[in-house]
Parts: sequence; structure tokens; C-alpha cells
Amino acid sequence: MPNDTTLSRRGLFMKLGVLLNGVVAAALAVPIGRFLLSSITRGRANGYLDWVSLGSVTHFPEGETRLVTFRNPLVMPTDGKTVDTACWVRHVEGDQFQVFAVNCAHLGCPVRWFPQSGLFMCPCHGGAYYRDGSRASGPPERGLFEYPYKVDNGLITIQAGEMPTPGPGASLLPESTRPRCGGCA
Amino acid sequence: MISRIAQWFDQRLQLAAPIREASEHRVPRNTASWWYVFGSAALIVFCLQLVTGILLALTYVPSAGEAWNSLQALNHDITLGWFIRALHGWGSNFMVAIVLIHMMQVFLFGAYKFPRELTWIIGVFLLLMTLGMAFSGQVLRFDQDAYWGLGIGASIASRVPVAGPAVVKLMLGGPIIAGATLSRFFALHVFVIPGLLIALVCLHLLMVFKLGINEWPMPGRTVRRATYLHEYHELTTKDGAPFVPYAIWKDMFFAAFILLAVAACAVWFGPFGPSGKPDPTIIQTVPKPDYFFLWLYALLSLLPPALETPALLIGPVLVILGLLLLPFLSGEGEKSWKRRPIAVLTVMLIAVTLGTFTHLAEYAPWSPRMNAWSGAPVPAQFLHATTALQRQGALVFQVKQCRNCHALGDSGGQRGPALDSVAVRLTQDQLIRQVIQGGGNMPAYGKNLSPPETTALVAFLETLHPAGQAPARNFAVGQ
Repeated sequence: MPNDTTLSRRGLFMKLGVLLNGVVAAALAVPIGRFLLSSITRGRANGYLDWVSLGSVTHFPEGETRLVTFRNPLVMPTDGKTVDTACWVRHVEGDQFQVFAVNCAHLGCPVRWFPQSGLFMCPCHGGAYYRDGSRASGPPERGLFEYPYKVDNGLITIQAGEMPTPGPGASLLPESTRPRCGGCA
Repeated sequence: MISRIAQWFDQRLQLAAPIREASEHRVPRNTASWWYVFGSAALIVFCLQLVTGILLALTYVPSAGEAWNSLQALNHDITLGWFIRALHGWGSNFMVAIVLIHMMQVFLFGAYKFPRELTWIIGVFLLLMTLGMAFSGQVLRFDQDAYWGLGIGASIASRVPVAGPAVVKLMLGGPIIAGATLSRFFALHVFVIPGLLIALVCLHLLMVFKLGINEWPMPGRTVRRATYLHEYHELTTKDGAPFVPYAIWKDMFFAAFILLAVAACAVWFGPFGPSGKPDPTIIQTVPKPDYFFLWLYALLSLLPPALETPALLIGPVLVILGLLLLPFLSGEGEKSWKRRPIAVLTVMLIAVTLGTFTHLAEYAPWSPRMNAWSGAPVPAQFLHATTALQRQGALVFQVKQCRNCHALGDSGGQRGPALDSVAVRLTQDQLIRQVIQGGGNMPAYGKNLSPPETTALVAFLETLHPAGQAPARNFAVGQ
């Protein structure tokens, strides 16, 4: 008859059983965790920050701002229309452009350009921006998001695989380091 | 014969005795009240949601490319598909409302006090999950509102310090709102949250049976840990009655009434949406959240920008912590609302605040009317007896989208002040300055108005004053 301090054969097996299941659970947790977090950990691989062409610069008359749509560089079979995104392209002059995300810098609603008043207006919470994307009024704390762009052989391309959000570490260029010319992107 | 079959089953299941015991357990006589029906009503609506949800899943396709089409098929092609969608949609509205009313009743009746602290805490989680179901359900109705609503959710999540970008990617399942986003919200809405809800609802109910329903609070009859259990036992034995049938008939009547109300709304108002296709290239859209998140929409528009991030990130934590700690902070003492003025005031304050924000969000005065400049012409009465210059100004006023934010004769945006009598408030100089430099919440128009346009615009604005009231003048000039 085992007393309190000794370990019975069955008691030992039960503890071993618990231990065994713990080890198996831990081993399974690794791939499960990696699967769950894969949208974070795959980082910028898989080409979603590839450059996307918006077409010839001749489509964008100098001094005007136009809406262009482009397809995300990363497309999955079940994405439907959601991989087609819009952006506003402002041709400042020469090779100098500004490519704005449509997402308001407040909470991401789609801003619309009004050429007559030279303003971008947001339909949700009333944010407004000037033609150069700087904040004009309303709740946004910053100007519109700008995608990095390049002008090569008369084609304008942008890096726009990620939806811009207003939080810290937004992947897009901060306002102070915007490229002001095609060559410096 | 029937009783023999029943016996055969009960010999194996052995459920008859515990069921009889549960249904005949004694409850304080005065809890058989119409105030005590909201919990069971929430349960019955939850059951309705389970059934209608499963029915919808027979047709719904959780794919970003197909979801919208499958909802259209439900609305138009499949017999009574529209009705099942409407039941599910109205059921969700009713469920949020009933859960909130239940919570308010339980709070005002002091039911969260000893020994029912854990019942309350689980209830708080049930509320959060109900709201989670409401939001994820709105996402599954994969239309324009769902798409941009996800964008708003991601923008809020992105503001979490340090982890923001990772949280966004985890929420969206990738760098953008796409197929993976809908799939994970489907998993949340159909498996994860309902599973947790069912488990916690069972625990919540079990505790109501084990600990007994909260007695009707009497002013002066305070809760003390040492004596409460004994007092409650006395109450149920001396002045108690079996739950079935003494109290349950009111629950049943109310449950039937609520189901009927949901069905009536479903028949009368029909299903919610879907609105336009979830196509991000269609930016001519004015996204709005569903009813139960309208207050948040208003809050996000009205908070000063600097307060927004702290309020969004710290606010919910404080509210949830407050709710969870409530039974520990006041686990004893007075239960009756008649002796708890602060509790009553708190409920009233929250109700009035949420109601006001919801009401404001219904007409969203902070949003520009995006098509007022082309769709709402200057009313004719403002153009009588005007000069050519002033009429030109009215044209400028229209073409430069001033109407998107400024109302004239009750049409136009409400983002800025109505300008029906602006000439009484501002002199010519002030008008010019306001137009050119902006100020307050108004953008500066200096770069977008030529000097002649400004002159014409201000000439028109100066005519905007009531007939018998002189326009504002510069005092020195007036001399």
C-alpha cells in the first residue's frame, strides 16, 4: 500500500501521460502558431511591394489630378474585385508627380477630388485636403498618404501593395521624406 | 406506449430528474416579473440567430469574389431567402438591444453583487461577443459598407502603439482587405465566437440556476457576504414558488412577442443590403456603420484629433475593466435602485450619450454632402433682385463646391454654418478674409479663386441677410 510520499506505478504513468500530451501540444503549437501569424511573419516577401505600372505619363496632363485604378501585385484566387484599388495621380510638372492613396488619413474612407475647389473631401468624418495632399481641415492629423513612385521610359510605376493606415510605422513614406522628383524614389 | 418509450430513453439518459429539478427550483415570488424577461428573450433571439445563420450558410459563399453575388441570390432568386436574411439581420439588431437592456436591468437591480459576481463577468464577455458578432456579421454582408468598414477597423487597429501594423495584418490576413480578410471574419462569425457564446451562455444559465435568480431588491435590504446565502434560502422557502410554471409564463409570452417583432420587422422592412459591390475602385460611396455602431461613427467625427487615438485605445480598456471590476468594487450593500442614485444617473447618462450620438450619426452633419454642389442649386429666393456680379458670385458659390459644406435654404451640407444670413455676421472684409485664408474648420480658398471670382462670390454672400436686417458693416466705414 503506497503512502503519500511514494509514487505508485499508475500515478507515475498518469504523470507521464500528462507530460507526453504537454510535449505533443507544444510541438503542435509551433506550426499552428506559425500558420496563424503567417500574415504578419511573411513580411514583405511574395512580392506585394513590387512596382505596379499606372501607364504612360502622357495620360496625366500637367497640373491635373486623375483617378487611376491598378491591380495589387499580390493576388489570391478568391480575392475577386478587392485587389483592384484606386489612387489619385497628380502631375505636378515635368517628371514630378504625387500619387495619393484614396484612403483618408483619418480612418481610411475613400476621398474624392474636386478640381474646381482644388480639394480632396472625405465623405465619412469630414476630412479635407489641398491639392498637394496636405491637410486642409477636419479630423485627419496628417496629409494624404503618398505611394512611392518612379518614372521610367515614360511609364509611371508605384509601390502600392499595402493598404495605408494612419498608425505608427505606416509603410508608406512619411510626409517629410516624400520624393518630389521621379529619380529620388 | 408513449410513457414506455420515455422510460426507455430516461433509463439510459437519466435526464428527467435533473430537468424536473431545474424547472421546479423555487424562485422568490416577486421575481416572476416583467422586468425579469430580458435574459430569456436574449437567449431566444440567440437561438433564432443560430437557426437563421445555419440556413444562410446553406447558400452564402465566404469568398470575396462571390459573397456579394450569393447575397443577391438569397435576396432575389431563392425562395424566401430575403426573409431569412431579414430575420438574421433584424435578429442581430434586437439581440444587441435586448442584451443592453438586460444588462441595464441587472445593473439597476444590483444582481451583480455577491454571490453573482461571476455571472455578471461572464455577462460582460457575452456582451462583447454579441458586439463582435454584430461587427463580423456586417463584414460578412460583403458590400461597400463592409469593405470600407473594415478599412476603418484597420485604421483604428493601426493606432495601437508598436504592434499596430502587425495587428492590422493579423486582422486583414494580409497587406490589404481581400479574400483572406473575408475568410477569417467568416471563421470568427461562424465558428469561433458562436462556439464561445454557446459555452458561456451555458455557464451563465447554469449559474442562474445554481445561485438562484436575483431577488427583487427592497430598499434597505442590504447584501452581506456573511448572511446573504442564508437570507436568500429563507426567501425562496418562505416566499418562493416553482420557476415552472409560476414565473416562466411571462418569459414565454415575452419571447414569443420578441420573435414576432423580429419577424414583423423582417417582413415590413426587409433584409439589410447588400449595398454596392465591394469594389475598391468605386470610390463614390458614403460608408456608414450599422445601427449599433453609429454612436462610434459620431464619436470619431466629433472628438478633437489629438484625443482620438487615446480615446480609441484607452477608452474601451477602461470601460471593460470598469465593468469587470464592478462586482468587486461594490459586491455588498444596497441593491435597490431607489437607494443608488449614482447608478441610476450613470445609466441615464450613458443612455442619453449613446442616444444623442446615434441620433447625430443618422444625419451626420460633419460629413460634406458630396453632391450638393451639383445637386442642390442655390434656392431661387436668394437670387431675386441681384445684380449680374452677384449672380456670377452665386455661380462661383455653386461651382467651387461651397454647398458641399454650407447650407442655403435648408439644402446643402452642414459641415460649416448655414449661410442664409452670413452677411449679418461678417462684414465684407471679414468675408474676403474667411474665403481667402479659411480658418476655423474651413480650408483656405486663396489659391483656387481668381480675384474676380472672389469679388463676385463676396458680392453674392453680402446679399445673404434677412429682408429687414441690415448687413454687418465695418464700424469705421459706417461712420
